[in-house]
Amino acid sequence: MSTPDAGLLVALVGNPNTGKSTLFNALTGLRQRVGNYPGVTVARKSGTCDLGDGQKVELVDLPGLYSLAAASPDEQVVIDALSGNIAGDRRPDAVVLVVDSTNLLRNLFLASQVAELGRPVVIVLNQADVAKEQGLRIDTELLSRRLGGVPVVMSSAWKGEGILDVRRAIASAVANQTPMKRVAWPTNIAAALTDVATAAAADTGKPVTEAEGQRLLFDTNPSTADRLGWTLAQRDKTLRSARDRVRNSGYNPMAAEPLVHYAHLRIVLEGVVTEGAGKAGRSAAVDRLLLHRFLGPVLFLGIMLGFFGSVFWLAKFPMEWIQFGVDALKGVVAPQLEAYPMLQSLLADGIIGGVGAFLVFLPQILILFLFIGILEDSGYMARAAFIMDRLFSWCGLNGKSFVPLLSGFACAIPSLLSTRTIEDPKARLATAFVVPFMSCSARFPIYALMCAAFIGPLYGPGWQSVVMIGMHCVGLFFAVPTAFVLTRLVLKVKPHPFVLELPRYQMPKPRDVLWRMWQNAAEFVSKAGTVIFAITIIVWALSYFPRDASVAERIKASNPTAAEEVVKAKVQAAYVEQSYMGRFGKAVQPIFDPLGFDWKITVGVLASFPAREVIVSTLGVTYSVGEGAKADGQHLRKAMQDAKWSEGPRAGAPIFSLAAVLALMVFFALCSQCGPTIATLAQETGGWKWAAGSFVYMTALAWLAGTAVYQVVIRLT
Amino acid sequence: MTPLSQLLPGQFGKLASLNPERGVDQRLMALGLLPGMVLKLIRRAPLGDPLAIEFGGQVVSLRLAEAENLIVDVSADCPIQRPRQP
Repeated sequence: MSTPDAGLLVALVGNPNTGKSTLFNALTGLRQRVGNYPGVTVARKSGTCDLGDGQKVELVDLPGLYSLAAASPDEQVVIDALSGNIAGDRRPDAVVLVVDSTNLLRNLFLASQVAELGRPVVIVLNQADVAKEQGLRIDTELLSRRLGGVPVVMSSAWKGEGILDVRRAIASAVANQTPMKRVAWPTNIAAALTDVATAAAADTGKPVTEAEGQRLLFDTNPSTADRLGWTLAQRDKTLRSARDRVRNSGYNPMAAEPLVHYAHLRIVLEGVVTEGAGKAGRSAAVDRLLLHRFLGPVLFLGIMLGFFGSVFWLAKFPMEWIQFGVDALKGVVAPQLEAYPMLQSLLADGIIGGVGAFLVFLPQILILFLFIGILEDSGYMARAAFIMDRLFSWCGLNGKSFVPLLSGFACAIPSLLSTRTIEDPKARLATAFVVPFMSCSARFPIYALMCAAFIGPLYGPGWQSVVMIGMHCVGLFFAVPTAFVLTRLVLKVKPHPFVLELPRYQMPKPRDVLWRMWQNAAEFVSKAGTVIFAITIIVWALSYFPRDASVAERIKASNPTAAEEVVKAKVQAAYVEQSYMGRFGKAVQPIFDPLGFDWKITVGVLASFPAREVIVSTLGVTYSVGEGAKADGQHLRKAMQDAKWSEGPRAGAPIFSLAAVLALMVFFALCSQCGPTIATLAQETGGWKWAAGSFVYMTALAWLAGTAVYQVVIRLT
Repeated sequence: MTPLSQLLPGQFGKLASLNPERGVDQRLMALGLLPGMVLKLIRRAPLGDPLAIEFGGQVVSLRLAEAENLIVDVSADCPIQRPRQP
């Protein structure tokens, strides 16, 4: 990657749904870096952009927003980035404002606010093809003159048209440093702004820009004052008298900013746009169908079931290949190291097994990101939120919570990343907190094993399906009240109003969707991957050591006639029993006794805290049928069906009674047993507090629900 | 003078007043919904809430509870009134 010349930094700013990210991809040609802004969960995307003459600048894609009023973390980041207040980031040398050509007035409101920062500006009228189709003609020269001579160019990033013009315009903005014409504030407002900025600078001893003064005067949110360190006691009197001054001039101080900007822009746009003959957009017609009172929900369900059904279906094949590859690799590596049993086990069971257990979910994650990308870029995501909002608003979530929760049935990790689309911080946090309750695909193997081994044979395939479906609903049943309590009683964050643009429908651009899928997956692998890898090694070590050779000899001596395979499995089981993990499992078994778990199940439960799907292979080891155990394996089923309590009050009774089977499934439905989920939760909620809370809450809930199920069912059967 | 929440699908109105102290209204003002602006209720969501309204060439969704405090004048000279039966 080439480094930008002279360290010039250019920021890309615009409303959502203007094709800003498409333009960013076109300008940087995917030479991008993704990071995070310090202290917030807002991604910082930047890339190298060639200005057409060999000059290179660093282009940073700021989050889409409608106004600079600092109401959300995204908006705060944009203000800070444009003012140069982000640690380790420079103030941009120019700002590219991406504008939807079909709605100049609304888009230029943000541009007009940005003009107040006094930076050189380029106006890109994007989606020019759509405007042309609608018969809109835009006089870019007139607009440029009215805005004080800043470059105004038209482009269609989707079609790749006008990109070179954008590059040249950036070059000229950087060279000429022409600022955009600013709004003329009415005398009294201008005076109030000066008062505020002067007082803030005097009280804090820091320079306060005019743009910061505007945020202090116009915003109800005190984030700008907080950042400057202007305390409530200091600012209260100044702001009160400044706002009175604005009010006396006939403006409500909270409405003055949009009123003045929009009045200014109506004059700027006078005669700029001429409407000719053209086709009205098709979005209204499509909405009549997709948002229809009866058909809308039916189509919605169809689309969602189709999309997410195919996540399982499409991911099945690559998952099998990965599993096959991992097993094959183990088969190749293990015999080479026969002489070094510890190294062999570390490599085959610890490293290859651990990485494999994690990689096997990658196909699902990729496909989920692909679908979420298609839903977002097409404009249907906003409609889905519109249709579903009523079902979620009562428990403090909103319509945008739906897709993360649905994706949670495949895998919690992409779902947690997709909660970023929820603007309301309260709903975002609550959604992220309940996503791990959704019955992800890693829970499937234990349900399948239990149903195939016990429910099916005892009660028939009908009950087997009922239990399968029921287990997928257990998490949902607890998630809704959890969200309700969390948003009503625990979270003290002020909720955001649910104002949502229903954008024009658009064909998603494959390059953008695939690129975002790749970026998200890479982030997942690098962040979650390292955590689960570390935990896997620890769990491996705990169940491998200590390893005294006398254990194996004793087993071999007492089974002289048994087949080699059987002895091997028994040796392995004996090793696990006396390993740290086995000893620990025996020691803590009393904690799990109320759920009807013996020490073998307890070891399985403990070993599957980093990744719950490990339970099946661990049961395979502890029930001495070898670690190749599969959910459909006959041996494991038989061994479990035959298992009996050997001591204690339940001696002689089968361990896997109906009560214990149901308790085990309910426990797995609710328990927080996924290292990557905890790591991602910590990352998305900005700290370990919520991740730890989630772990404790879910695990305690799982124990309580498992106990309740066991104790009730054991008395009924 | 009618609350926006009581418009029929397809009905136009001119925004008479909003409450600039509220967060929702501040968002709507940023989108260009200022007093005197003509808007149209396009539809209600299938479950009756939220609403989809159109103004200034864009379609925006907002919740019923939030639309109750936006007062519109349906008798003002708006484009042709075409209310559909709910």
